[in-house]
Amino acid sequence: MDPVRPRGGVWQPSTLISFSQSQERKKMEKQVVDVARGAFNSGRSRPLQYRKQQLRALLRLIRERQADIAAALKQDLNRSEFDTPLLELIGLEKDIKLAESKLSDWTSPQPVEKNLLTISDDVYIQAEPLGVVLIIGAWNYPWALTLQPLVGAIAAGNAAVVKPSELSKNSASLLKELLPQYLDKEMYPVVNGGVPETQELLRQRFDHIFYTGSSTVGKVVMEAAARHLTPVTLELGGKSPCYIDKDCDIAVACRRITWGKFTNCGQTCIAPDYILCHPSIQNRVIEEIRLTLLEFYGEDPKTSPDYSRIINQHHFERVLALMEGCTVAVGGESDKTLCYIAPTILKDVLPHARVMQEEIFGPVLPIITVSDVSEVIRFINEREKPLALYVFSSDKRVIKRMLSETTSGGVVVNDVIMHYTVSSLPFGGVGNSGMGKYHGKHTFDQLSHHRACLIKSLAMESLNKARYPPLTPSRLHRARCFMLSRLCSCAQATCAWAVIATILALGLLIALLVVLLKDPVA
Amino acid sequence: MESQKQVIERLRTAFRSGVTTPLQFRLKQLEALLSLLEDNEPQILEAMHKDLAKPKFEAVLSEVDLVVNDLCHTISNLHSWMQPSYVGKNLATKFDDCFVRREPLGLVLIIGAWNYPLQLIVAPLIGAIAAGNCAILKPSEISKATEQLLSALIPKYLSQECYAVICGGAEETKLLLENRFDHIFYTGSQAVARSILQAAAVYLTPVTLELGGKCPCLIYGRLDIKAGAKRLVWAKFFNVGQSCVAPDYVLCTTEMRDALVPAIREALEEFYGPQAQQSPDYGRIITDRHYDRLMELLGKSEGKVVIGGDGAKEDRYMAPTVIVDLKESDALMQEEIFGPILPIITIESLDQGISFINQREKPLALYVFSDESQIVTTVLERTSSGGFCSNDGIVHMTLPGLPFGGVGASGMGSYHGRWTFETFSHRRGCMLRGWGLERISMLRYPPYSERRLGWLRWATTAKKKGWAGCSVM
Repeated sequence: MDPVRPRGGVWQPSTLISFSQSQERKKMEKQVVDVARGAFNSGRSRPLQYRKQQLRALLRLIRERQADIAAALKQDLNRSEFDTPLLELIGLEKDIKLAESKLSDWTSPQPVEKNLLTISDDVYIQAEPLGVVLIIGAWNYPWALTLQPLVGAIAAGNAAVVKPSELSKNSASLLKELLPQYLDKEMYPVVNGGVPETQELLRQRFDHIFYTGSSTVGKVVMEAAARHLTPVTLELGGKSPCYIDKDCDIAVACRRITWGKFTNCGQTCIAPDYILCHPSIQNRVIEEIRLTLLEFYGEDPKTSPDYSRIINQHHFERVLALMEGCTVAVGGESDKTLCYIAPTILKDVLPHARVMQEEIFGPVLPIITVSDVSEVIRFINEREKPLALYVFSSDKRVIKRMLSETTSGGVVVNDVIMHYTVSSLPFGGVGNSGMGKYHGKHTFDQLSHHRACLIKSLAMESLNKARYPPLTPSRLHRARCFMLSRLCSCAQATCAWAVIATILALGLLIALLVVLLKDPVA
Repeated sequence: MESQKQVIERLRTAFRSGVTTPLQFRLKQLEALLSLLEDNEPQILEAMHKDLAKPKFEAVLSEVDLVVNDLCHTISNLHSWMQPSYVGKNLATKFDDCFVRREPLGLVLIIGAWNYPLQLIVAPLIGAIAAGNCAILKPSEISKATEQLLSALIPKYLSQECYAVICGGAEETKLLLENRFDHIFYTGSQAVARSILQAAAVYLTPVTLELGGKCPCLIYGRLDIKAGAKRLVWAKFFNVGQSCVAPDYVLCTTEMRDALVPAIREALEEFYGPQAQQSPDYGRIITDRHYDRLMELLGKSEGKVVIGGDGAKEDRYMAPTVIVDLKESDALMQEEIFGPILPIITIESLDQGISFINQREKPLALYVFSDESQIVTTVLERTSSGGFCSNDGIVHMTLPGLPFGGVGASGMGSYHGRWTFETFSHRRGCMLRGWGLERISMLRYPPYSERRLGWLRWATTAKKKGWAGCSVM
């Protein structure tokens, strides 16, 4: 497999490491996976009791060690201590509690409709563990994006090998230290390392691979998975468009967009990547965002404890270079030593500008002017399907058009990012932005096998005779009727019953009225 | 003659125009597909008879009726499937609309197989149309007569702008896979599936793979041997064993085997008469190459043939064959048989049988024959497979309510009924918010403070029992 340059990672050619060291390392990854498989095969991850116990332990980990986690995030991303619970842990806690409380429901058999021949049989879908799952986390939300899939993996009864991103190295080493202290360390090992370690892991066989990161590496993961016919969940990214309609509350819209864009210094897969708006409101939008930025981060965001940093030099330079050739309306300052880039707005950006060719993943917000909704829709549809799409409008027709004429992983109208927090909404991409869904029960479903079960008895053999050869026209006719009867839909049946019930009720009412109103004197 | 690229471009343009999205269009196409099947039933049966000597009985039940059933089910329910599904919300989003929309993916590719040449290409097509996509069908070139019939009929009944049939062999399929699709649905072998998945990775195309493997049939404990043998024989020799969900081999004790073999013999005679080759209800092997493969496997096997074992190449007829006394390392146990050869492997205990199954790849289907429900439950709980059926074979895949698909080496994804619709749809999470309640939203904005965080934490931790998923951001 060709070596892959990770997003912002530094490539360490394996030739720099001695041959015996690399052989050792190869053995290590294989060993870890073998141990996890042995743990899964022992069957101990199946009982609900075990799964709940592991989930509770994970909850304890994030509650008891929050300070350590916050410190690691501060080192990795200059994350504000308040952002730690807000952006990483609250959602995680919620998912753990949901899984724990609903696990019995989720794992019980789900009965489905039957046909005439199976009317006395048990027909249901049973969720089962897949086996050993590989979870490759990302660096921008190193705890949420690594542990939220783990919650589903545990709930579904799997073993899981956890590979945090090496770019958020403090979080990665803290996770490696903490997870075995709380969870079954054979069942849920943590493997750290860079590209060579990840490549080695990808050579092993897993029953599912859950990857969060870039589309480029997503393709490599899928290709590696293809060798073992392993299904994958890819949570990727792209450029999430944000359309501000003339008919909307611009001030509120801009506040919400500012929050979504500049939290975590723009390093969020569902951050509004760029804005589309009519030229007549561009200046207003810029002004509102500028005022909001002042309110959020003060005059000099560099000194605000609530403003994060770019993860490393490589990304710092990448994001800075994107501003090339554009007009800076707000911000633009940077400090290489701190990996600091000021919240920046670019105005009158052209579609072919460099900043419009890749996902920004930084605190740079381009504004592209468009003349009407049709142009917005065309613009969006000419590009890859995004992970998220945002529309700010009070006009129901605009909203309807945007919903029905575009597609995206998810969509929020009149806000940004918030769909992520509703765990009953399936979260994931489409096309280039990914495949598969998770959050809440969806993670459990994604990491389970839904086995179709038909439990029959050997009785009622006479009914079965109809399908056996030798063929006679009457047998065929009977088989067609019983085995594959044309089903009428529930909707039709309900409708039919509703009509019959109404007629009956009316009939009874009329009868009652006749009885009551009948002249008692004959 | 259009090139592949031209066809793809044409269909993509049609999809972009939005023509496939409205419910009315989808229903019209589905109804046209229904007419195709109803108007041409004799021709369809004839084509399948040409390809596989498929008996009318089998072709009607497992091909035409199966698909017609699915079509009617889809037509009746499509309107409700297309409705957005509203979901539970959290405290901060109580006044918002949160729902899931099912949206079309775009242009999908459906690659069929030869053993059920109609069903395996039309059943996925039903869901592709229902979900609002355009589709390219690539029927198997091995079942030639059906391939030709489909390429003549599909453009006659369905919109030529939106659906096309592309014919060809391995080369043409390879070329086709160099293009970008929004979903690839493949039925066939594991080897080809790997290269399809690799081709799909280039464009991050999601795939559904309906593969196969060796479906074990565990017969254990107390049971009605005659009834069991009949169902086993029916499931095994249906389509001459050329079904991805045919019971591939049997696991049972020696005593059971000794009682089973005569019961199988009796059932075979009842179904196909003393000479199956004369029976109009017994099919044929698809090609000479497949016939040779099966005969070679039989030749290499070290087991003892107790029923059948003979064949006639010129007719591609292979007798229903039962073979015993095989070891695990036998040639017949190394690959999916996909033919009318039934090995019976003896085990000494249920545990041994379950270990035997679990040491192998997860099968597409797993069968248990037993009148003892405890045994059925034990096997169900200690194994994994795409689908599971006790005391019968194959029929679990005829129920549109059950998702049909594999796990592990037997495949990924599932379909039939609503599941096909879901396979070819994108579930888009939607949230519609209002402008009000900005005061609540403000809690999440910087500058952060202990006080604001305190409010948020309070809102999150103030939980009553049963309040799952409460979060304020």
